[in-house]
Amino acid sequence: MATVRKIFEMDGVDCAHCAAKMEESIRTLDGVTYVNISFMAQRMTLEAEESKFDSILKKAVKLCRKVDPDCSVIIK
Amino acid sequence: MIDIALSVALFAAVTAIDGFGVLPSKWFWRLGAYLVPYLVIGWRVLFRAARNIVNGQIFDENFLMCIATVGALVIGEYPEAVFVMLFYRVGELFEQIAVGKSRRSVAALMEIRPDTATVLRGGEWVTVSPDEVAIGEIISVKAGEKIPLDGEIIEGASALNTVALTGESLPREVSVGDKVTGGCVNMSGLIKIRVSCEFGESTVSKILRLVESATDSKSKSENFITKFAKYYTPAVVICAAVLAVLPPLILDPSSAEVWRDWVYRAMSFLVISCPCALVISVPMTFFGGIGRASADGILIKGSEYIETLANCSTVVFDKTGTLTEGRFAIDGVHAENGFSEKEILQFAASVEVGSTHPIARAVCSDFDGELIPVSHLEELAGRGIRAVCDGKAVCVGNARLMADIGISGIEKTARASAVYVAVDGVFGGRIEVSDVIKSDAADGILKLKHAGIRRTVMLTGDRREIAQSVADSLGIDQLSAELLPDGKMLALEGLMDGKSTNDKLAFVGDGINDAPALARADVGIAMGGIGSDAAIEAADVVIMDDKVAKLSRAVELSRRTIRIVRENIAVVLFVKAAALVLGAFGITGMWFAVFADVGISVLAILNSLKIFRM
Repeated sequence: MATVRKIFEMDGVDCAHCAAKMEESIRTLDGVTYVNISFMAQRMTLEAEESKFDSILKKAVKLCRKVDPDCSVIIK
Repeated sequence: MIDIALSVALFAAVTAIDGFGVLPSKWFWRLGAYLVPYLVIGWRVLFRAARNIVNGQIFDENFLMCIATVGALVIGEYPEAVFVMLFYRVGELFEQIAVGKSRRSVAALMEIRPDTATVLRGGEWVTVSPDEVAIGEIISVKAGEKIPLDGEIIEGASALNTVALTGESLPREVSVGDKVTGGCVNMSGLIKIRVSCEFGESTVSKILRLVESATDSKSKSENFITKFAKYYTPAVVICAAVLAVLPPLILDPSSAEVWRDWVYRAMSFLVISCPCALVISVPMTFFGGIGRASADGILIKGSEYIETLANCSTVVFDKTGTLTEGRFAIDGVHAENGFSEKEILQFAASVEVGSTHPIARAVCSDFDGELIPVSHLEELAGRGIRAVCDGKAVCVGNARLMADIGISGIEKTARASAVYVAVDGVFGGRIEVSDVIKSDAADGILKLKHAGIRRTVMLTGDRREIAQSVADSLGIDQLSAELLPDGKMLALEGLMDGKSTNDKLAFVGDGINDAPALARADVGIAMGGIGSDAAIEAADVVIMDDKVAKLSRAVELSRRTIRIVRENIAVVLFVKAAALVLGAFGITGMWFAVFADVGISVLAILNSLKIFRM
């Protein structure tokens, strides 16, 4: 199973507690092998199955917004 | 900002009118008046709370604030409801400002990312982004500009300011043939550089990646507070619910007064239930600590290593390249039998000029006089060199060579390697050569001891006498010498097994050949990290220049960071606990509760910012 790891800038993650909640919910997504959200650096590191990466990323963004609707993931 | 100011003004006005008894005493008039500032300041919180409930976030801080303030309004505590909401928003604003400031401070400390590169293409200089420059292309850097990429100088000379990279403020002189690292600032002349690696692989990119991902690995304290936050809020909310319902039912279910009193106490519980103070200030302190260290040229790969460094009691050094320069230099010349020191040196240097032996290289590079032409040069493997020099038969080599030509009983040196010189069969003297100890090493070790390191150990493959003399002159406590390459690992294993798990051990190496030891120690510190990929990969902490004194700085910064974290955790927990207990007994009200929540959060954050002033 090939995986890719990508780093995304984020905006509006209010505290480490929110970041931890986001991580926890993203980790349960099928195909995710590693996820880390840093509140201070406002960064998400996501590693997931290459073939499903885009759909996983979409779901991850949705989950983040569920925890804090004011936060966003900057996708270049 | 505007809504806060407006609300403060309205709140003051309403309180004044209310205080003079101008407002009609009917409760709905008063409620209506206080609702104006309340809604001005609180509509956003109310809106967020409603939205987050739809998303299933029940124990959300917005929601808790709403329940608490709406509850206060219901039981008629109008000014308190407005005040709590106001204080909450002010605190939130302050938190944003402080976190933003800390992020910007760290970003400013890491101002090494180059924006553009001026590259020679088709005979013209063009300005491009550094990642568009290929290996082998020529770039030019004017005075005052940042060197964008790693490479070698092919034209010009200058002084480089490496402070952003190494924390070292003394400029570095460079000229043609020198290798330079991106991120340094060219201070004087125009230089041209042949690029040696792509931007993505350059030192600057590696450092930035390392520092940026440093917050990914979380320390024990950070994991503790996120876990704490997970249970704390629901627990306090449940307590609040029990507090609102149970005592009135037991005491006097029919009295509105009793109900109002206990509901008020429960509401103040809700105000304290947010763990903001900890979940913001603790990661912020670690982030600040990592940022502060990188400004001094100390790269720490994650918050957990700050914890380890702070608990370090033993520091193990690799000798060569870490405490010493890793190159030989003449330590002393002893001439005998009527020869002068200069003559001995001159003979040795003339004969050894073509040799690649490290001791011969040291003799030749330290000799600045004139060389004598030699003939009949003969290399004697494992012994030295024999040649005819100025008509005399000169032998330069070790004691065995001297014995071969019939010279015996020569004095051996204990603390250095020596090369002996004989002229026409007569012993001329010896030149002592030793690995140069770094000039700041002794001071660095002393500082480490002042910083609380109880034991320093040196591991080396060198001869015991030489190692002992280095250890003595540096004040190293313990020594393992004459170690074979795998012996260093065994010695380290022994030290690791012999200590308690709370005492952490740091291994300091130069990153060359000691990757296993760097990985095995509790915290591996590589020195002189610039340009050494192996060091940056294997170590947990990279010291960008080769200053031994930076080690104590790293330990001190880590201790300071941990102390601030502990102060914050202790004070926050104590004040929250006090507010909960006093609130439950009805001794303090919402005013103190909001201080225990937002006020203490602001104080904790202010305390975290201290790390930047170190």
